[in-house]
Amino acid sequence: MTSRILIAGFGGQGILFAGKVLAYKGLVEGKQLSWLPSYGPEMRGGTANCNVIISDEPVGSPIVDTPDVLIVMNLPSLDKYEKAAEKGSKIFVDSTLISRKVERDDVDVYYIPATKMAQDAGIPTLANMIILGKVIKETGVVSFEGMEDALKKVVSARKANLIDVNLKAIKAGYDYE
Amino acid sequence: MSEKVLMKGNEAIAEAAIRAGCRHYFGYPITPQTELAAYMAKRMPKIGGCFLQAESEIAAINMVYGVASTGLRVMTSSSSPGVSLKQEGISYIAGADLPALIVNVQRGGPGLGGIQPSQSDYFQATKGGGHGDYHLIVLAPASVQEMADLTAKCFELADKYRMPSMLLADGTMGQMMEPVLLPEESDVTVEKPWALTGTKMQRGHNIVNSLYLKPEELEKTNFDRFERYKQVEENEVMYEEFMMDDAEVCVVAFGIAARVSKNAVVEARKQGIKAGLLRPITLWPFPSAAVKQAAEHCKGFVSVELSMGQMIEDIKLASDCKCPVELCNRAGGMIPSPEQVLESIKNIAGGKA
Repeated sequence: MTSRILIAGFGGQGILFAGKVLAYKGLVEGKQLSWLPSYGPEMRGGTANCNVIISDEPVGSPIVDTPDVLIVMNLPSLDKYEKAAEKGSKIFVDSTLISRKVERDDVDVYYIPATKMAQDAGIPTLANMIILGKVIKETGVVSFEGMEDALKKVVSARKANLIDVNLKAIKAGYDYE
Repeated sequence: MSEKVLMKGNEAIAEAAIRAGCRHYFGYPITPQTELAAYMAKRMPKIGGCFLQAESEIAAINMVYGVASTGLRVMTSSSSPGVSLKQEGISYIAGADLPALIVNVQRGGPGLGGIQPSQSDYFQATKGGGHGDYHLIVLAPASVQEMADLTAKCFELADKYRMPSMLLADGTMGQMMEPVLLPEESDVTVEKPWALTGTKMQRGHNIVNSLYLKPEELEKTNFDRFERYKQVEENEVMYEEFMMDDAEVCVVAFGIAARVSKNAVVEARKQGIKAGLLRPITLWPFPSAAVKQAAEHCKGFVSVELSMGQMIEDIKLASDCKCPVELCNRAGGMIPSPEQVLESIKNIAGGKA
């Protein structure tokens, strides 16, 4: 199986970090993978996206033009990538920040008020992890079990105290119905 | 046994260089290779190495020239506009027959260009770049694993043939992360009797120089150097073949273009088209014999490049123009899609090119 994942939103929302968590989990599970960030002069507030491919086979091109998992955390990203998503793909929308619905009817859409959930839980910067939890639940691209091992690799030792709260956020998204 | 880690291509180059015994890095920051310099800045002071951010790319390459003349493993890295600035120094290093590593994580040009990936420095890397008759050994990685492995190989070949080598990557290769098994620490000591290490009053002076005012002498250095280049061409060509055995269409691509092309070849096979991929790993020496052999049994070639078509000239030369070569390209920081490559494969397969 090969999952071609595109994560997009504003710079500062932790788009690249969410991709890294997926990639490290793939690594821990012994999968083949690639992680490719958009890179540009823009910083916080600009657009950011990242391409993650997780597969049982060696990864060819690391570029995701037609995702089968699309995660959007702002409106411009939904506008930009909705048409690119593969037929039958799964689209995850942060419904706190995006008020419109996905117009296509040949895809599975999941609306998660990730930003609001994060604010309510007092972890306003972790909407990305909440939405990621839902992605893991619905796609099975990586498993939830052993998430802590992946987080330990992504989060630097200096910030090890943040692992638990990240895990909590992923769990919250995972359990969201 | 070490385990696979997840690293950016730029970081993998830096770590691999350190493990290959490089303790001197000189550079000047530029996107999209900055992580390499940043990694060196962090690591070198901890292992007794030297990281120095020079006042310019020109200064950096001349510092490389200096350390190279002492026989120590040394490198610099930059991206396209910065590598243009280094050309004078690279020519001097080649003229003085010194080993050194230059990394170019290419971005779109010409001029200041952009910061997105490109392969448009192929001519500059493989045909000279600076003035005078010389070559660099040019290796083109197509994965983060190769960013590490070929860095070590660049040092090894540079030492073996006493010539500068270049790792020619691009923005995607530099920025992407993949699992990588880092090479072991190398403790290889290469005898360098020519190095400037101090005579200790026990030997005559070594002289490192690229100035020869007597043309007879200068000609001899050129002839001798090209004898060595001949050995490199005979012994060091590297390439990868993918589904080439029965291929009727031969796609030639390196670096990120090869990754995209692989998808297209797999798709073409699904559609019943016998396509294969020939991926040069050494761009100089170019795998001419492999291309020539492919020309014997293929209808034609597709040259996939992130440039206006540079490697295509080497394919035409190597194949003696026996069959058509179609260019499949994007430029300025854009990357061809697998669909675009597939279209070109179909053109060649259908005899339309």
